[in-house]
Amino acid sequence: MKPSLENQRIVITGVGLVAPGASNLTDFRANLLAGKSGITTIDLRYMGVHPAGICSFAETRYRKKRENSRGTRAGCIGVYCANEALVDAAIDFSEYDRAATGVYIGLTEHGTVETENEVYNIGQYNYDVNYWTHHHNPRTVLNNPAGEITMNLGLTGPHYAIGAACAAGNAALIQGVQMLRLGEVDLALCGGISECVGSFGIFASFRSQGALAEHADPTKASRPFDRDRNGIVISEGGSIFTLERLDRALARGAKIYGEITGYAMNSDAKDFVLPYGPRQRQCMELALRRADLAPKDITILNAHATGTKQGDIEECNAIRETFADCPQTWINNTKSSIGHAMGAAGVLELAGNLPAFTDHLVHPTINLDNLDPECALPGLVVGVPRQLERVDALLNNSFGMLGINSVVIVERFVAK
Amino acid sequence: MTRDEIKDVILEIIADIDEEADFSHLDAEAPLRDQLDLDSMDFLDIVMELRKRYKLQIAEEEYPQLATLASCVNYLEPKLQHV
Repeated sequence: MKPSLENQRIVITGVGLVAPGASNLTDFRANLLAGKSGITTIDLRYMGVHPAGICSFAETRYRKKRENSRGTRAGCIGVYCANEALVDAAIDFSEYDRAATGVYIGLTEHGTVETENEVYNIGQYNYDVNYWTHHHNPRTVLNNPAGEITMNLGLTGPHYAIGAACAAGNAALIQGVQMLRLGEVDLALCGGISECVGSFGIFASFRSQGALAEHADPTKASRPFDRDRNGIVISEGGSIFTLERLDRALARGAKIYGEITGYAMNSDAKDFVLPYGPRQRQCMELALRRADLAPKDITILNAHATGTKQGDIEECNAIRETFADCPQTWINNTKSSIGHAMGAAGVLELAGNLPAFTDHLVHPTINLDNLDPECALPGLVVGVPRQLERVDALLNNSFGMLGINSVVIVERFVAK
Repeated sequence: MTRDEIKDVILEIIADIDEEADFSHLDAEAPLRDQLDLDSMDFLDIVMELRKRYKLQIAEEEYPQLATLASCVNYLEPKLQHV
C-alpha cells in the first residue's frame, strides 16, 4: 500500500551521473533525446577491440589524483556521482547530519578488475606474490565504492554494497527507500556503479556465452529488440540519487524530481543466466500493486532490454501480458544508447527518464532497423522521441543473472 | 648508488605517490610521516617500489629504519652500493 504520511513518502531530490557520452543529467538527456549513441570501442588486454561504453568526466573535481590512484575506478565514479548529486540537491549538510546519512551502492560485481590487474602485475615478476599490492584488499572489499564515498564526504552513517547482478541499481534505490521509511537514516545516497569495462574476464565470459555484441560500427552494436541483435555492449558508469523523506524535502524547499511509490524484487529460482518472463511479470505486477497503480497508469516503461536474443523476448512477453490494454503506456529502453552499465544500469536508466516529468518526452530506443516480431510491443518508441501532454509515472525494469528481478516505479510529484 | 642518488630516489618515489608533496623544508633527521602527508599505506608503497626497482626485500622489523630521509639513506646505502 502506498504510504500517505509525508514522513513515509520518499522523493528523489538530486541526481549525479556518469554515462558513456555524458557526465551530467542535462547532457545525458540531450543525448537520449537526440538518439545519440555513447558507445565507442575498447582495446582490452587479451580481448582486442570491442564495442564498449567508456565514461569521460572530471575525475579530479571532487578528489585528488592521489586518492584516485589509491582507490578504484568504481570509487572514483562513485565519489563524482555522489558529490554531483549533493550539489544538484543543494545539500550542504547544514540541514542533514552526516551521521544520519546512508550510502547504498548497487554493484553487479566488484574486485574483478583489480584482481585481474594484480595477477597481470605479478606476471611481470614471475608470479612472485611478494609483488602483490597491499592495496588489493581495501580495493576489492565489496563496500569499496560506498566506503570511498563516505571517506570523501566525511559521512559517518552506514555504507554498504547491494549485490544483485544487473538489478543492483534498482535494489540500492529500494534499500534507500526502506531505510528512510524505517527512520534508520534521514538522507540516503543510493545508486549503482560499474567499472567492468576494465575486466577482460567479463568480456570473455559474455563472448563464451554467445552474448557479447559485435558490430563493425560500435554505435550500432547495442540494438535491443532488433532482429539482428547479437548481445550485450558492456559499459562503465554510475548514477547516485539523493533520496529524502517528503516532509524534510519540502521543509528545505528542495527541487523534487519524482516520488518513488512502488517497488518489487523477486527471484526466478530457475537458471544461472537465462531470464524468465513470467517471474518478471510477477515482479512488475507486485510493484504496481504496492504503488496502487494499474498498468494503464504507467506512462513510460523503461525496459531492461539488454539486446540478447532470449532476454529481450522474455521481457517483451512479460510486458505484453501485463500491459495488454494500455494504449497510453509508452515503452523505451536506454541500453540502445549507452550499452549495459551493469550495476549502474537501473539507476542510470531511471535518471535518463526522470526529465520526462518536465519535458513530457519519451526518449526513443535506437538502432532498431528491423523489429523482431517477438519484440513488437504496442507503444514502443522508436528512433525519435514521442511528445506527450503529461507524464505521470515511470516504471523501470532491471533484471540480473541468477534470476534476480527488480522494478521501481516513480511518479510525478503531486503534493497531497 | 651515492647517498645523494639514494635520497633522490626516495624523494622521487614519494613524489610519485603524492604529486603535491613539498620537499622545500624537509628535515632529513625528522620522521617523513610527520612532515609529509603520508600514511601507512603510502609507506608500504615506498617499500613496494624499492622492491620492484631494486629487488630489495625489506623485512617488516626493519621498517623503522626508513622513518627519516637520513635513516633511509643510511639503511639503503650498503644495499644499493652496487646498483
